[in-house]
Amino acid sequence: MDIYRAHVLVCGGTGCSSSGSATLIERFNQKIAEHGLDKEIKVIRTGCFGLCEAGPVVIVYPDGTFYSRVKPDDVDEIVSEHLLKGRKVEHLVYVEHATHEQNAEKKLDDITFYKHQHRIALRNCGVIDPENIDEYLAMDGYKALEKALTSMTREEVIDEILKSGLRGRGGGGFPTGLKWKFTYQSQNDQKYVACNADEGDPGAFMDRSILEGDPHAIIEAMAIAGYAIGANQGYIYVRAEYPIAVKRLSIAIDQAREYGLLGKNIFETGFDFDLNIRLGAGAFVCGEETALMHSIEGKRGEPTARPPFPAVKGLFEKPTMLNNVETYANVAQIILHGAEWYASMGTEKSKGTKVFALGGKINNTGLVEIEMGTPLRKIIYDIGGGCPNGKKFKAVQTGGPSGGCLPESLLDTPVDYDNLIAAGSMMGSGGMIVMDEDNCMVDIARFYLDFIVDESCGKCAPCRIGTKRMKEILDRIVEGKGEEGDIEKLQALAETIKNTALCGLGQTAPNPVLSTLKFFRDEYEAHIKEKRCPAHHCRSLLQYRIDPAKCKGCTACARVCPADAITGTVKQPHVIDVQKCLKCGSCMEKCRFGAISRV
Amino acid sequence: MSEMESKYAELRQMIEAHKDWPGALMPVLQGAQEIFGCVPEDVQKIIAEGLGVTLSEVYGVATFYSQFSLQPKGKYVISVCLGTACYVKGSQSVLDKLSEVLEIPVGTTTKDGKFTLQATRCLGACGLAPVMTINEDVYGRMTPDQVPEIIAKYQNKEA
Repeated sequence: MDIYRAHVLVCGGTGCSSSGSATLIERFNQKIAEHGLDKEIKVIRTGCFGLCEAGPVVIVYPDGTFYSRVKPDDVDEIVSEHLLKGRKVEHLVYVEHATHEQNAEKKLDDITFYKHQHRIALRNCGVIDPENIDEYLAMDGYKALEKALTSMTREEVIDEILKSGLRGRGGGGFPTGLKWKFTYQSQNDQKYVACNADEGDPGAFMDRSILEGDPHAIIEAMAIAGYAIGANQGYIYVRAEYPIAVKRLSIAIDQAREYGLLGKNIFETGFDFDLNIRLGAGAFVCGEETALMHSIEGKRGEPTARPPFPAVKGLFEKPTMLNNVETYANVAQIILHGAEWYASMGTEKSKGTKVFALGGKINNTGLVEIEMGTPLRKIIYDIGGGCPNGKKFKAVQTGGPSGGCLPESLLDTPVDYDNLIAAGSMMGSGGMIVMDEDNCMVDIARFYLDFIVDESCGKCAPCRIGTKRMKEILDRIVEGKGEEGDIEKLQALAETIKNTALCGLGQTAPNPVLSTLKFFRDEYEAHIKEKRCPAHHCRSLLQYRIDPAKCKGCTACARVCPADAITGTVKQPHVIDVQKCLKCGSCMEKCRFGAISRV
Repeated sequence: MSEMESKYAELRQMIEAHKDWPGALMPVLQGAQEIFGCVPEDVQKIIAEGLGVTLSEVYGVATFYSQFSLQPKGKYVISVCLGTACYVKGSQSVLDKLSEVLEIPVGTTTKDGKFTLQATRCLGACGLAPVMTINEDVYGRMTPDQVPEIIAKYQNKEA
């Protein structure tokens, strides 16, 4: 192996790729070659670093200097100053949100965003080149598979996973070891392991990051699972919306085959295992396990009633064990370090760590992995840096369309499966969307139902018809046509759908409405009774006004108004004609004096 | 061979290559969509014959998944992310502005076949919210007033 004096790590995750990290890599390689440093310095495209807000991200080792929002033109300076002369480019170094501190000496682990994290599932993301199996091998890659195959019985592997307390990270929270055990116990000549990489919850992107940043971890875990349950074929079902993940996974599978880590007689133990990728085609319901398996079979992705459970009769009618990406990402570490190590982290019933995708109205958007039991407040404020622009926090949504919105008063809840359910939400796959005072909770509930109505597969009536009726009521409420009794109707519909829908999608679909009704009932009432949106968000319920004391009569608003609704003479306060106003908000954006407000 | 004929030949070849796969219909439809840009009825018929399944089964699958389109899409497909993170940061107003500038409702294509406007599910680029994509190009941290300029760029891009 060649030895380099410095490594330049450039994030190649979806967020940073979207903001141009591929151009950065090209430029780095070009400039490094121009200075004749290409034998001394290596540029590596890694997976996601997690701090997407600061993207594109570049880290220079051995110093560990963390450069953020790097532009192509900045590359020349980093090369000629830092790499050539050893002088860190101070003004490009990441600025801490809370303290505005810009310290070139600060290592990654000292930055507030990373300090409180404990990365197990994300351990290699942003650290290794995901397209190079040797880098994974250097991080103890495939050692767990070797250990399992050469020194553990199938029962011992299952027992280790059981004792670790690992639970399904896709949202269900079912004990992973039990799933393995049940499929192991099923007698059949053919069994399958499958990986659910159909990450559909809006706002959750940890599975994508793991696939993009550490694909071998999933392959290794699936091979271990195959050994444990007695399967020699696996399928990974990936969203088609994740092209980078699909590409890196394909490369990784090819490399693993080449190294004999997939295929026949792995580690000369007589164990055969191979993997295939199947692409989704844009159906949220395919995240449900029975629907996902039907989709792999080439059918409509409609769920079927359980039992029979997939452990008995799954893919192609054979016993199948399906786990989520993040669940698999923990497996090799548990086998290597033991169940006790894993179970020493977390709370009584939720062990280990969980990855959350912080998004919405939060300063540090990105992926964080924390120990189970960390309070929401610590995640949102200490790691996430709170709401931007000094806005007031209103709610945090967890669990995607199946989850709920939790208010300020519940921020001290330690995050685990059971606490979140008790609080009226759920873990889901780990999306965590922060909302501030400008977000209308009725509209958010309507937004989620809109999603569900769109994604309901239509097989069962409660979900197909019930959610549509709920959405119609919510549409009316946000348009200012809410009536007395609407809240009760929503509640009755919600309970019925919860109790009667066929699959998890339908059974949890009313949750966003129920949780917002529980914690933000006053907002519903304001819409219905007072025809007022407290967040000034719902267009039908707001008016734009010009404060005559602040208006300088610059005419900017009148010129931008598409409806000629603003009148007034130069240097005199202007007035908005509420009858003509389209409520587009253009005037407010243009006003430089803060004279226009929504009421 | 005309362009269409060679596309049909490619389709038949692709069906042949996947025929023995378990669950071949999905990958075949995905391949067909890549070749033709959509999966119209005549393409579905060829797939049904090639795989030995009924046309109704092919149609059932093709219409179930949102990524399969029965009609051709515009030259530039504009997708606005309506995932939660983008939505709370105002992606709806970006979508509304696009609809206004292009003078078409969401989910349709302009008469000249140039632009298709669609709302999409979470793209997983929440760090750049609100996000919009035009074919392969990604536009992050979008605001409605950036819309006209971006559209004009593609309007003037003559092929």
